[in-house]
Amino acid sequence: MKFKHIIGLLGAAAISVGLAGHASAQQTIKIGAVFPLSGNAASAGNHAKAAIETAVEIINNAHPELGNFPLAKDAGLAGLGGAKVEVVYADNQGSPATGQNQTLRLITEEKVVALTGAYQSGITLTASAIAEKYGIPFVNGESVAANLTERGFKWFFRVTPVASDFAKIYVDFLKDMKAGGAKIDTVALVHDNTEYGTSVASVVTSVFKDSGLATPLDVAYAANATDVQSQVLQLKEKKPDVVIMVTYTSDAILYSKTMQALDYKPPMIIADDSGYSDPSFIKAVGKISQGVFNRSSWSVGPKGSPTALIAEMYKKNSGDEMDDTAARQMQGFFVLCEAINRAGSTDPAKIQAALKATDLKPDQLMIGYKGVKFDDKGQNVLAAGVIIQLQDGENYVAVWPKGSAEKPPVMPYKGW
Amino acid sequence: MSTILVQVIVGGLLLGAVYALFSSGLTLIWGMMNIVNFAHGDFVMLGMYVAFVIWTLFGAGPMLGVPVAALLLATLGIVVYFGLIRSIMKGPMLAQILGTFGLALLLRYAAFWWFGANFLSLPENIVGGTFDIFGIRIQASRLLAGVVALLVTGGLHILLTRTSLGSKMLAVAEDSTAAQLMGIRPDTMQAIAWAIAAGVTGIAGALIATFFYIVPTVGETLGIVAFVTVSLGGFGSVPGALVAGLLIGVIESLSAYWIGAVYKDIVVYSLFLSFLWFRPQGLMGKS
Repeated sequence: MKFKHIIGLLGAAAISVGLAGHASAQQTIKIGAVFPLSGNAASAGNHAKAAIETAVEIINNAHPELGNFPLAKDAGLAGLGGAKVEVVYADNQGSPATGQNQTLRLITEEKVVALTGAYQSGITLTASAIAEKYGIPFVNGESVAANLTERGFKWFFRVTPVASDFAKIYVDFLKDMKAGGAKIDTVALVHDNTEYGTSVASVVTSVFKDSGLATPLDVAYAANATDVQSQVLQLKEKKPDVVIMVTYTSDAILYSKTMQALDYKPPMIIADDSGYSDPSFIKAVGKISQGVFNRSSWSVGPKGSPTALIAEMYKKNSGDEMDDTAARQMQGFFVLCEAINRAGSTDPAKIQAALKATDLKPDQLMIGYKGVKFDDKGQNVLAAGVIIQLQDGENYVAVWPKGSAEKPPVMPYKGW
Repeated sequence: MSTILVQVIVGGLLLGAVYALFSSGLTLIWGMMNIVNFAHGDFVMLGMYVAFVIWTLFGAGPMLGVPVAALLLATLGIVVYFGLIRSIMKGPMLAQILGTFGLALLLRYAAFWWFGANFLSLPENIVGGTFDIFGIRIQASRLLAGVVALLVTGGLHILLTRTSLGSKMLAVAEDSTAAQLMGIRPDTMQAIAWAIAAGVTGIAGALIATFFYIVPTVGETLGIVAFVTVSLGGFGSVPGALVAGLLIGVIESLSAYWIGAVYKDIVVYSLFLSFLWFRPQGLMGKS
């Protein structure tokens, strides 16, 4: 009993301190962020958190050195009298059910005015459904499964390019490579059985068919594998000209290790971001994955440019180089905060209206999109990306299209 | 048989040996004191991190990593026995299950806090690369793990069946009051069992680290296989775990190759369940 009393008193004390703090401090805007902070995707989730923290740092403090970049010049959100942004993080533990519960908690208990997250497409799917039910804007920066914006949702906005955009980029890239002499007659598509893996695989397959390319050989496997030897041997036997990998980090590392062990080098590997963009993938097995192609919308840019400065700040927070996923998450968060600022209100309906009216130009972005403008489904219609290559095993460089390329693409896949 | 098929089977056997290696510690604890150690996968994880730390500090491979992991984990096993297991063994079944489950979470999140969430990896050539025998590729690191699996299984089997320490341990497992009357200290024997089981699991982790990624949640990925291996082999049977591990490894590889990787778990688990239907005590367990 005594213990309960003490807890009760402590609770009351905490609440009164909290209330007192609130009354005297400036207004804060509470935004919820759902990411896999533990579980098998924790590496990606913690990088996401570092990205959001960097964005908050830029928004809440004056950063005139970032020039035209929205929200950077003044401290806080000017549209709300300099209000500071506060992010409440929740851990989805890599589970769609947990992601949903945590979103509910953020909305009903933390009273967040908007949400971002949740990395894995399968969890973004369940988390955003809760936001939709409660009428809270949910801005996603990184999940690419096509169906997320096909549900007729009114409160869901997605800034990133989606699977079909990337599938078209792969097609154009492969056709260009073919014109340059590469063989692309047979394609294998290795993907896990998560929402992300299956949906990207089906989009890539249908876009390839429609574009007159070979129908990819489908190599599906269960995510978080203990072993992938059989899949690699299947590839070794079928000898596809191009292997497309749609996997999260743990499996991506295992595939690279197993390909080396079984001495399998396809002429070309294209990775669909996620696992292959995780900085810990590059550190762990970059040296034995040299020449892998990947998609990206992020590029550091010249020294001293706003993007380079942001990348530096991010590195200080996370200890790692900025990668495409973290950059897309950060951009998504900026889009949300820019809309809140423009709305000049924390009323969810006004934020929703502001998001619908979003019209950002390329020079207002930290990432290589042609802009940000949402269609009726909440999808950014100006999202874009390039093909990058891990040429030296340490850093990705842009190799396609020619206009954005830092270096020409190198063929064939070198491996180790 | 095509070279690829032979490769699939060889790969399955090597994978199975690894399954057996990291299951032997679990089956020992199970057989000795009827406790399910849910923290088992996380012991493997700690063994992997020990190997990684040894490599970063001294640039040394499993030659040093394995003994250090064995020693550290054995110590941890004794600490866990006296700090946790001894008291929860007196409690209800549920306390035993939740106790080791809590330990699993403690170790996992301690690893998150200390090592961070990033995936780590040892250099690929830390155990002498890969052999090529008539077109069949054999990774030295997996072969080493397989050989050690055989040695450990053999060693544990001899210990339990041929030595007086083993007889004392089994006596305690059978009837701890009677053993006590014969002048055997159950506490000492069970602490030794935990030390051996955790030490062997440390060895397994340090070896698996040479060809697998290292991350705080890796115990989750590997843990389930250990439970299946132990129940198929027979609770408490060390040779049973070896046979079961090899069997699961080969069935997994073949079904992934023939039917498709996404279906391999369906094949493995339906065979597993139908086998338990006929022989619930497992391959070599006592009924």
